[in-house]
Amino acid sequence: MIYRLHLLLPALWLFMAMAPAEAAPPRGAASCSGCHPRTPGNGPVPSLNGKPAEDIVSQMAAFRSGERRSTVMTRIAKGFTDEETRALAEYFASGGNAPAKPPAQPPAQP
Amino acid sequence: MAQAAPRVVVVGGGFAGASAARALKREDPRLAVALIEPNAHYTACPLSNAVIAGLRDMKAQHFGYAGLEREGIVHVPQAAARVEAERREVILADGTPIGYDRLIVAPGIELRFDALPGYDAAAVELLPHAWKAGEQTLLLRRQLEAMEDGGLVVISVPANPFRCPPGPYERASLIANYLQRHKPRSKVLILDRKDAFSKQRLFEAGWTALYPGMIEWVGESSGGGVTEVDAATRTLRTEFGEHRAAVANVIPPQRAGAIAAVAGIADATGWCPVDPVTFESRLVPNIHVIGDAAIGGAMPKSAFTANAQAKVCAGAVVALLRGEKPGEPKLINTCYSLLAPDYGISIAGVYSPRDDLLAEVEGAGGTSPLDAPPAVRAEEAVYGEAWFDTITAEAFG
Repeated sequence: MIYRLHLLLPALWLFMAMAPAEAAPPRGAASCSGCHPRTPGNGPVPSLNGKPAEDIVSQMAAFRSGERRSTVMTRIAKGFTDEETRALAEYFASGGNAPAKPPAQPPAQP
Repeated sequence: MAQAAPRVVVVGGGFAGASAARALKREDPRLAVALIEPNAHYTACPLSNAVIAGLRDMKAQHFGYAGLEREGIVHVPQAAARVEAERREVILADGTPIGYDRLIVAPGIELRFDALPGYDAAAVELLPHAWKAGEQTLLLRRQLEAMEDGGLVVISVPANPFRCPPGPYERASLIANYLQRHKPRSKVLILDRKDAFSKQRLFEAGWTALYPGMIEWVGESSGGGVTEVDAATRTLRTEFGEHRAAVANVIPPQRAGAIAAVAGIADATGWCPVDPVTFESRLVPNIHVIGDAAIGGAMPKSAFTANAQAKVCAGAVVALLRGEKPGEPKLINTCYSLLAPDYGISIAGVYSPRDDLLAEVEGAGGTSPLDAPPAVRAEEAVYGEAWFDTITAEAFG
């Protein structure tokens, strides 16, 4: 029963009710973080967030042409048009899907 | 005064469901999001073949829901018993109703015990499927450990579609790896309900290089289709004869998880047809289906697909709740398979809606090169493990 009450009580969510709706990420962006971590880590696959847009565009071109060897990116890059690649690059360059800074603590629940 | 927050309920806490719950909260922190999942933690299937082969600890496959709860998602530790679609309520096993504005169903697979004579709920204790990671994974490992050198390990593989298309062949590879180290006179026989399989040439080349003479694959038209099993004697019958196994791993035909049929979102195939833009059910409005349970095009049933679909679906649900039109998505699938700890191969694809289905983008995707030096295979093994770390952090926090 407690779960239902929790869902019906919007108090927890009200404090952010005026947050603006953000623009949807560009086409394809959601899939990238299946391999590219949202924050930089120790693994071989870099986080894309904060990378310069020109670097992403040129690397995608190099993957597509085969100039740059890779595991799966040579095959994936071919699935995106120049326009889509540019939109993805600008999205990641401007922060992409990096985790949001922690919001103000919500009021403690009774 | 603000209106009550829209409520989105997610059924199923695997890669698809957990990813969807988190993506919903990221897209719109105002949403009230509940995850209905009876288990306290999820046991991941990717890399569980390495557990079977004794190369990996089972604990590395466990992921809890604390990360979701920290983000304000309510984990309801119960099973969903049914859905009252007209009233927009999920009814829990204890009878409690949970109302929703939109429902996302991600129940994974259910093994069919009506499709292969002799293979029922009791037979799985003797002939493990190990196709849902957990106790079954460990049972298959124990059976291999108990087997005498020289034994025959038989893997029975169903027709398409099923969870993780390259999985049976990765499993055969890693079992051979175990046998080579511990029981080198043993063999692996794959009996298959189809005549071609995912990454086939790469697997076959790898078997020749790594495990010469140890793995035999028999396709459907050569008599590979298993038509009946006898659990007590570990016998698998095909149209061409029968095979007595020392260890038999029967991967049976599958369908969408049980709640799908109960909710009326599964069709005659047992899977859930969905719209390729929103993943909304073709059969019941306001219910979306993602991950292994969904059908609607060319995306294979993988953890990567589940996570990618979850994020697209969450975005579409948020748009629909705002009265907006969701954008046309583009999705990626990537899947690494291990043939040995330092030998990986991969397949990738890019998908977008075409003719109401998710179709492969032409000219993109494909498998690892067939003629690659060992360094490339080793690199793909490293990338496969890195992928596991990233996708599990993405799904479970």
